Amino acid sequence: MISLTHYLTVAAILFTIGVLGIFLNRRNIILMLMAIELILLAVNINLVAFSAFLGDLTGQVFAMFVLTVAAAEAAIGLAILVIFFRRRGSIAVDDADRMRG
Amino acid sequence: MDITIQLIVFLPLVAAIIAGLGGRIIGKTASKVVTTGALLVGAALSWPIFFDFLSGNAQPMVIDVAEWIKSGDLDVTWALRVDALTAVMLVVVTTVSSLVHLYSWGYMEEDPSQPRFFAYLSLFSFAMLMLVTADTLVQMFFGWEGVGLASYLLIGFWYHKPSANAAALKAFVVNRVGDFGFSLGIFGTFLVFGTVSIPVILEAAPSMAGSTIGFAGMRVDTMTLLCLLLFVGAMGKSAQLGLHTWLPDAMEGPTPVSALIHAATMVTAGVFMVCRLSPMFEVSPDALMVVTYVGAATAIFAATVGTVQNDIKRVIAYSTCSQLGYMFFAAGVGAYGAAMFHLFTHAFFKALLFLGAGSVIHAMHHEQDMRFYGALRKEIPLTFWAMVAGTLAITGVGIWGFGFAGFWSKDAILESAFAAGSVHGTIAFWIGAFAALLTSFYSWRLIFLTFFGKARWVGSEHIQHALHGHHDTPDEEHGDSSHSKATPPEGTAGYHPHESPWTILVPLALLSLGAIAAGQLFHDYFVEAEHAPEFWRGSVAFSEHLAHAMHEVPMWVRYTPLAVMLIGLAIAYRNYIAKPDAPAAFVAMFPSVHRFLMHKWYFDELYDLIFIRPAMWLGNLLWKRGDEGTIDRFGPHGAAFAVGVGNKVTARLQSGYVYSYALVMMLGLIAAASWVFWWAS
Repeated sequence: MISLTHYLTVAAILFTIGVLGIFLNRRNIILMLMAIELILLAVNINLVAFSAFLGDLTGQVFAMFVLTVAAAEAAIGLAILVIFFRRRGSIAVDDADRMRG
Repeated sequence: MDITIQLIVFLPLVAAIIAGLGGRIIGKTASKVVTTGALLVGAALSWPIFFDFLSGNAQPMVIDVAEWIKSGDLDVTWALRVDALTAVMLVVVTTVSSLVHLYSWGYMEEDPSQPRFFAYLSLFSFAMLMLVTADTLVQMFFGWEGVGLASYLLIGFWYHKPSANAAALKAFVVNRVGDFGFSLGIFGTFLVFGTVSIPVILEAAPSMAGSTIGFAGMRVDTMTLLCLLLFVGAMGKSAQLGLHTWLPDAMEGPTPVSALIHAATMVTAGVFMVCRLSPMFEVSPDALMVVTYVGAATAIFAATVGTVQNDIKRVIAYSTCSQLGYMFFAAGVGAYGAAMFHLFTHAFFKALLFLGAGSVIHAMHHEQDMRFYGALRKEIPLTFWAMVAGTLAITGVGIWGFGFAGFWSKDAILESAFAAGSVHGTIAFWIGAFAALLTSFYSWRLIFLTFFGKARWVGSEHIQHALHGHHDTPDEEHGDSSHSKATPPEGTAGYHPHESPWTILVPLALLSLGAIAAGQLFHDYFVEAEHAPEFWRGSVAFSEHLAHAMHEVPMWVRYTPLAVMLIGLAIAYRNYIAKPDAPAAFVAMFPSVHRFLMHKWYFDELYDLIFIRPAMWLGNLLWKRGDEGTIDRFGPHGAAFAVGVGNKVTARLQSGYVYSYALVMMLGLIAAASWVFWWAS
């Protein structure tokens, strides 16, 4: 029987992978975007799992909103990425330090 | 007469505003015309008022102009008071001021900021007229501060000269000391009488005799205290001993300013104030005694210092100081008529001397040191005769029934001092007689050094500068060189002083008339027992008893001024014409006396030691230790430094990499979650 704990564990693993993907990834901004998607997915799994176990549909509705927002965010992120690549000729994360203090 | 007096007082103000604010638009000639015109109109309107009072046709009157301050018991209105005393001052102020305006046309011709100069002069005239027409002490204080401001502005008129700025500041600060006394006096008067209206105070003053008041932890006589506080104000403005140090330095200003403000009008404001409040001073014999002693001390002090000065303007400045001392001790012995009379005649001959000195300076290319003058009699004869008229007046040349202006007024003062019969009156008489000897000596010394003897111009830097410096500047018109001559006369260095233009000579001529005739014409009205009470009509506390007693002084008292004048003249003649080596021999014989006088009795050094050094030390301490060392260090500077260091540290955290920010956010989130999980609740 798949219990709530299993769902939460999977979500936690996905979340951790996502977070580590942001920290440890130095090469590629696309990977960073994907890591963010992973984090959002982990959150979604949590939402849906709790919704199902508590019998409250609000969590699933909320998950749909998160998906929409994540899609829009990915679109904008990719658009910025394209422009960034045109200007800098690289999408390496280590090169993107113009905001350094 | 309503509108007349308002015109006299307010026209100069209007002219000052037009010339001061609009000088750039209307140009310098228009500014000069407006200001000079306003004062000439004022003078033309003042003399009829004066003559009305002389003939007894005019009644004292008060014209309300506007309400000023109304707060509780304090009720001050702007009002112009016209009585005999005011009429005298109106004539003095408007006449000298208009002549000085006219004189400045010539004297200031090359100055780039003439509208400003004329605006200041007119502003001064307005403030002075406000002072002399004051009906309340507060209004008098307004005029008092107004003339102080104008004096400051005019002493520092050549603001590019550091010495002029220093002198202007000194005049302002020393006057603050006097003004502090004056304002305390006004506060005290309001406290005691409940009003600042002068007539009401004078009427109530006798009833206050003998009452006491608490001051600085002591019980003192009310009227003595009030009179002395007011007198401190008079001492400051009139440069009496102790607060005199600003007056000689004020000579840094342009010469017309010295003539108008620091000789004829502003410095006599103290004498005017004592005379205006004379019924009040009469109630306090102690205050009058102080006035007498201070006046006599100033007369002798300034006269001794005047004998060794080399700067032509400073000689006359110390002479002014000394003559003001005469006026005060005349007031101190109760001869207010004589004090005002000397003020009146002094205004003419002292303005004449200053303007004459200005004409000499103009001719000598701004050289002011008499050691570099000499033999100017033939070069600038008109100035010479004007200066001689002024000197005859100040030294009091005259004999029974005829005499120059100073003869009448100085004799009146000395005779009333003797006739007063009191101890301090007699002391003042002897001091005054000795000061008259010195007056005669230094006045003739000035004439002899300047106009007689051999030309000593060659030593002057200013003359050398004029000869070799800029030949094609407009400066040339008042003295130029002629290299064509094979051998110029010895000592002249080939320089030829030129007589001044008519704008300078006309005021000199008119003032000469005043210096010659003012005493003769008006003597009876000011001091004689028959006419004076009708003339003054209670505007000063005129003592008929004293006026009668003046006629009964012994013959030798009467001839003392004449005798000391001749002695002074003889000493000056011997030392500066007959034996020009004598002064140097005297200095060699008594070097300490000479040094004492050259250092002006060490007053400046004393004040430097007592006031300036400690003040500088305290200021330095508060500045270096208090302000910079404590407040700045831990306040603004410390905070700025901390922010700077903090910035450097935090700037390192801002790597610009998103992942490090995300890490920090993450750690923060974990920390917050941990806190909520384990410690909170």
